Amino acid sequence: MTAHPATYRRDLLEHYSDPSQQRDSAKLGMWIFLLTEILFFGGLFCAYAIYRAWNPDIFYNAHKSLDLHLGALNTVVLICSSVTMALAIRSIQLDRVKAGIGFLFATLSLAAVFLVVKFFEYSHKFHLGQLPGKFYTYAGIKGTNPHLFFSVYFSMTGLHALHVIAGMTAISWMIYRASRKHFSAQYYTPVELTGMYWHLVDMVWIFLFPLLYLVG
Amino acid sequence: MLSPYSMLSPYGRQGCYGADMSANSKKGTHILPLRLYLGIGIALLILTAATVTISQIPLGPYNLVVAMCIATIKALLVAFFFMHLWFDNKFYLVIFGTAIAFLGIFVILTMFDTMRRGDIYQEVAQPIQPEAVIYEKAAPDTTRDHDTTRALPSEHE
Repeated sequence: MTAHPATYRRDLLEHYSDPSQQRDSAKLGMWIFLLTEILFFGGLFCAYAIYRAWNPDIFYNAHKSLDLHLGALNTVVLICSSVTMALAIRSIQLDRVKAGIGFLFATLSLAAVFLVVKFFEYSHKFHLGQLPGKFYTYAGIKGTNPHLFFSVYFSMTGLHALHVIAGMTAISWMIYRASRKHFSAQYYTPVELTGMYWHLVDMVWIFLFPLLYLVG
Repeated sequence: MLSPYSMLSPYGRQGCYGADMSANSKKGTHILPLRLYLGIGIALLILTAATVTISQIPLGPYNLVVAMCIATIKALLVAFFFMHLWFDNKFYLVIFGTAIAFLGIFVILTMFDTMRRGDIYQEVAQPIQPEAVIYEKAAPDTTRDHDTTRALPSEHE
């Protein structure tokens, strides 16, 4: 830092030559992390493909016990939260940090709505005994192994819900940092990376919704 | 000096040392118009409505095809515009594409395997039992053979 006294900035780490280099490497790291996330979910998508290919009838019969309206509602909620997240970053890019905090709060609230809807869906299934594997006790679905669908359903939506919670934690942290005036039009990389994570969570749900709720 | 990051940067090697910081930090940022974000959001909502509507029409196997095509379009809209892949350094697009390509290899080869088993050679394996046998806790080495046979389901029953 003493090497560049005239150009010292609090938000520029000393091993970077300039802010754009710092920002580029942060985004590169985040994209590589998102790559691992895509492959992480990919394992479950592959399991889904195998079980559905083996038991198409069970998947068709069992998916009818999911509430299409709640699934569609959650899709709309997540899409809206992605829009508010994008607008939060745009506001901070334009130096309107207060508006940005507002949009981050909106994103956080929509994420909470998503989890509340998910909670009602889960508790309904727990009540009926539509549970994964050997915990499955429901008798209303035709087919030999209907618990397979619910094993896949709970693994995929459960892992996704954990990502929603992680995203909410990151967004809360960004609200805290933004309120401490850490961000401006010159420096907002952490908010941008949080946004990328949040959009990935949205993207995974975009595929989960038709695969679980709209089995044709 | 040519560093790996300057090769990645869309702005090349310029702007590394001694350049104006405030001008530099503006580089690489993309402030997109509000209308674009709202338009993409509305497009995503319309596509959601479309996929729900089409799923109610029985099209046989094409229901899955249509649903996956619409989901892919939605995911690409999110990636290109909300995640700025369209405007950012194209190297990020390469990383994203790599993830999708390897996911495709993973799923497609697995499906070839699991759907085409027994096509060339007859399968000889026995079907997997619905409940795995739970063995008793491992006994000392001297008596292990005896214990294991006892834990296995008896064929005489």
